[in-house]
Amino acid sequence: MTKTATRGMTRRQLLTRASAVGAGFVAGSGFIAAPDAAWAYETGSIEPAAFATLVQMARDIYPHDRIPDENYVLAVKGYDTPEAAPAIMAGIAALDAAAQGHGFASYIETGWERDRVDILRAMEDSVFFQQIRGGLVTGLYNQKAVWPIFGYEGESYSQGGYIDRGFNDINWL
Amino acid sequence: MAAPFDMDDDSVVVIIGTGAGGGVLANELAQKGVSVVALEAGGRYLPEDYINDEWESFGQLAWTDPRTTSGDWRVAKDFSGLPAWIVKAVGGTTTHWAGASLRFQEHEWKARTTYGAVQGANLLDWPIDAAEMEPWYALAETKLGVTRTEGRPGLPGNNNYLVFEKGAKALGYTEVHTGRMAINSQDYDDRMACQQTGFCFQGCKWGAKWSSAYTDIPRGEATGNLEVRDRSHVARILHDDSGKATGVEYYDADGTLQMQKARIVCVAGNSFESPRLLLNSASSMFPDGLANSSGQVGRNYMRHMTGSVYATFDKPVRMWRGTTMAGIIQDEARHDPSRGFVGGYEMETLSLGIPFMAAFLDPGGWGREFTTALDAYENMAGMWLVGEDMAQETNRVTLNHDVTDQHGLPVANVHFDDHPNDRAMRAHAYKQGIAIYEAVGATRTFPTPPYPSTHNLGTNRMSENPRDGVVNRWGQTHDVPNLFVSDGSQFTSGAAENPTLTIVALAIRQADHIAGEMSKQNI
Repeated sequence: MTKTATRGMTRRQLLTRASAVGAGFVAGSGFIAAPDAAWAYETGSIEPAAFATLVQMARDIYPHDRIPDENYVLAVKGYDTPEAAPAIMAGIAALDAAAQGHGFASYIETGWERDRVDILRAMEDSVFFQQIRGGLVTGLYNQKAVWPIFGYEGESYSQGGYIDRGFNDINWL
Repeated sequence: MAAPFDMDDDSVVVIIGTGAGGGVLANELAQKGVSVVALEAGGRYLPEDYINDEWESFGQLAWTDPRTTSGDWRVAKDFSGLPAWIVKAVGGTTTHWAGASLRFQEHEWKARTTYGAVQGANLLDWPIDAAEMEPWYALAETKLGVTRTEGRPGLPGNNNYLVFEKGAKALGYTEVHTGRMAINSQDYDDRMACQQTGFCFQGCKWGAKWSSAYTDIPRGEATGNLEVRDRSHVARILHDDSGKATGVEYYDADGTLQMQKARIVCVAGNSFESPRLLLNSASSMFPDGLANSSGQVGRNYMRHMTGSVYATFDKPVRMWRGTTMAGIIQDEARHDPSRGFVGGYEMETLSLGIPFMAAFLDPGGWGREFTTALDAYENMAGMWLVGEDMAQETNRVTLNHDVTDQHGLPVANVHFDDHPNDRAMRAHAYKQGIAIYEAVGATRTFPTPPYPSTHNLGTNRMSENPRDGVVNRWGQTHDVPNLFVSDGSQFTSGAAENPTLTIVALAIRQADHIAGEMSKQNI
């Protein structure tokens, strides 16, 4: 993946914007990363600031407070290609414009989830919103890594099914 | 002559499709010594190939060739290219089905007589009835090893069932049990007992669930009378100047057009592909499509009144563990117009894994109303609602000439509008389903809209009078004497019950008829 310059935006601005909602992004030149360096993603064709906004948008569409950012990054990184990036960055620009229309500096600097959801709600019929939402249905929920967070156990045949592992173990009825 | 058969062998019966209808018919005919070539559009997968993963399995088994949709049903909006969740593989949708094996109720064979002239509906009585079907149902139950028939024990109830049963009993329902299932509760017919694995919809890796893929198909092949050609997509049924079918043209696995001659052709491609094939077989002699003098080919499409109710509780349920659909309440299956609709519905346990729950709980839904439901997934129970829907002439499969498949053939467009009776029944079923879970302390309930259809019925319906339908009491087309329909598209009405047992019973009966007529030289 090639690094891209963060055109028109300084590292300081990125940090400011990313930290505005406390999402934990530290965005550097071509990188977004967790503050504790637990994970990092080097963006390719999407500018880091736009990618950070995309990840926040993904979380606002399907917010699960126990799912870490890393899984939302994985869910949308398929758009980070030369073919897909222009439309995504145009969509993010429209999202920021909509946030400004609601009186905020940008989408990611809109502090409360309810305000960001209002912004999204107003554009939920757009091709961009539906592309991101639709992609997340599989991009997020089909990650095996998130299944245990929901308690879902996945494949069971290799363990002999549940016949001896609690298929009828409910004890509160 | 033994399989494999020559392309020019015009003594064979060609069967198109190898699911509950075609797969059973193929084996039953082969057992009687009839030479059969079965053409299956999909590939061959066996239990060792099945995958305990919802999307991966969907990619392996589901029919995802293009189709289009129209009408007011929500599927046309949310899943516009996927009107049905059915299978393209040897064994057809018997790999995916849940195993619920219920006989029609006596009155359901007489929809027009029982329900009267329902406005906007195109109801018709079947030309056959419960008494005629009784012995064929018995044979079907033996073949499938249906639990709670012929002394076979029921399956044990899983967590999802235990919640469902407690709520049902609290409401006073009495016909509540773990279902009559074509899933072994003990070893039967060389198939092992259910191991409570879940993933019934993804193909049973133990082979505990009956599927023609690993029962009827290999047994038919073992006779030497059945040849199954997989990855063979039939494009057109051919006929001669006398109006008799002479064979079929199909695209083989390499995409090469082949022609197989036939003495008899049986269509069993499901309620979308079967009428599509008849319509795509139009000729100068049959300009509106083969066997379509009534104009009813493709019409009266039924998909059952369906919906689901999920509910969350303050403690874990883990509904995905164990047999997916081993649980039923039958009290509402009766015909009782005082409820505000004709016909009835079944309530059956159902669960989806997280990947499919995200896709189907509330298609298009987002935000915390949606995600907090999934956050409570471990504490969730679920049921499916399945009831009789009304045949309507305008609910139909037509050819969409603007969209073609990989072979350049026009695809099926599926048009469906709910009938007011369907909506009234669904509203009642949602109310009862919610009440069941609230009786067990549900903290939230979710009246979930219908999924892409698995029960696709009626598009080549059976009728006494050739004006009213496409096939007669034997599934033989009114217009072409050596052309039969052998799948759920021959259903005159849908009844409340899951259709597979009836499709299998009709196929066994049809095999007996065809073999008899062949030996008498009548066909």
